[in-house]
Amino acid sequence: MSDLRELYQEVILDHNKKPRNCGRLETANRMAEGFNPLCGDRITLYLKMNGDVIEDVSFEGKGCAISTASASLMTSAIKGKTIPEAETLFDSFHGLVTGHDCPVDAVTHIGKLAVFGGVREFPARVKCATLAWHTLKSALEGKIDAVTTE
Amino acid sequence: MTGGLATPKSRVLPIWKFDVEAVRKDFPILGTVVHDKPLVYLDNAATSQKPLQVISALNQYYLTTNANIHRGVHHLSQKATTEYEAARDQVRAFLNARSTKEIVFVRGATEAINLVAQSFARPRFKAGDEILITHMEHHANIVPWQILRDQIGIVLRVAPINDNGELILEEFEKLITDKTKLVAVTQVSNALGTIVPVKQIIEMARSRSIPVLIDGCQAVPHIPVDVQSLDCDFYVFSGHKIFGPTGTGVLYGKEALLDSMPPYQGGGDMISSVTFEKTTYNELPYKFEAGTPHIAGGIGLAAALEYVSRIGLTQIADYEHELLEYATSVLEEIPRVRIIGNARPKASVISFVVEGLHPHDIGTILDHEGIAIRTGHHCAQPVMQRFDIPATSRASFAFYNRPDEADALAAGLRRAIEVLG
Repeated sequence: MSDLRELYQEVILDHNKKPRNCGRLETANRMAEGFNPLCGDRITLYLKMNGDVIEDVSFEGKGCAISTASASLMTSAIKGKTIPEAETLFDSFHGLVTGHDCPVDAVTHIGKLAVFGGVREFPARVKCATLAWHTLKSALEGKIDAVTTE
Repeated sequence: MTGGLATPKSRVLPIWKFDVEAVRKDFPILGTVVHDKPLVYLDNAATSQKPLQVISALNQYYLTTNANIHRGVHHLSQKATTEYEAARDQVRAFLNARSTKEIVFVRGATEAINLVAQSFARPRFKAGDEILITHMEHHANIVPWQILRDQIGIVLRVAPINDNGELILEEFEKLITDKTKLVAVTQVSNALGTIVPVKQIIEMARSRSIPVLIDGCQAVPHIPVDVQSLDCDFYVFSGHKIFGPTGTGVLYGKEALLDSMPPYQGGGDMISSVTFEKTTYNELPYKFEAGTPHIAGGIGLAAALEYVSRIGLTQIADYEHELLEYATSVLEEIPRVRIIGNARPKASVISFVVEGLHPHDIGTILDHEGIAIRTGHHCAQPVMQRFDIPATSRASFAFYNRPDEADALAAGLRRAIEVLG
């Protein structure tokens, strides 16, 4: 049971029940869609970019607790960040949940996102945690097609 | 019968006549411990477990028989050929087909449907011709027809289902037109458990001389099937869902139809003579069996069919029906649980959603309780769209499941609700 509580930490459950930055962002100038065909989770990510800076961000979609909380916490974490900063966070987060290539200083600058550390014990759930992040990458790269986790 | 949880309302328990403990001894994997809990395997619609009789048939084949078939004069080759052809006859008997010429071994139902799409439909259908399916087909009975649509311009028609997950027969009949060239329907829905009245459908189609393909994947492990009595033109199923090895499957086709169809793939075993100018194809069913087949698998499948036949599909169906009724009643007592698919009649499949919880989270928490269920769209995304849900959790029961495993599922669900809130 302990690693299950490790996965479903209070912060994750809270962000699942009350997702932050949830809803359409009318001022957005970039958008991307993400889809996990395995479980049917969908997310639409809205970004308001001001030059290199993510000035505002929101998401819409339906997903499991892990993917919803991940989208909620991600949007909180990247608001105000530059593109390179967001990309570094992406790499750190990816390392954190997959357990490989985790940069040494990841935990120090990843802040609240560290609650997803338990995901690495659940390989089937890694895609849930990373869906929002892959969608972010797609939005930052200005891709038009929906990204999928497959 | 272990009661487990307190039951909020009184329930009349059935008298369990089926000796489930005896059959469980044939499935050693059921003794697995998962996260320190006894395995509760409720993912039988995805794939079934294999009895010792099947595992032993595979072992014996490789230990005592292994050789290529239909080509050697040596002892082992002849022994392998004899056993493989005996397996084919076992399948014939299981489906009550007239002849082994009508039994084509394939990799699974998916390959069987693709074979019919490419060898039966593609050469004879033209742009505008219609193929009629239902809203509850597995992707394997949708996508091969879409590929064909892109190749030759056929039109795919989809008969609707009602809120219980039952096919609306009047609507189905209305969709049969002069342009309908094939009806392809599932006998049991993998996502909802609905048992489709295929006998009526076949009568509707055949009275208009329209051929019918039945996807029997989810039906054969639960219902006795007689292709002559059904009078379908094609019947397909996968071996692994009926306690046989993965990578095995069967296409039954009426001999005259199979005879009129060109080969699906070219290679060894499907020819009788080859020169660089001309190749003469082999007779049925070998015309459709290019390359060295899954010989051990075919023999293992026959062992599986013999096994279920020995227990008796009627006994299996009766017991599973009791299990289904029982499991449905314990799940319905849990607040926030809603069962998707309440067809009558129904096979032992329970798809459900829990208000406020995502199936994936439920699946992870149940796994921690040792309970294996399927979560997701079950390769039937149109069904999910019909009920406006992204996914469901699905518990599917086999004859080796016990009523206390339904109790364990219910306890696990209460746990999931407690953890996830």
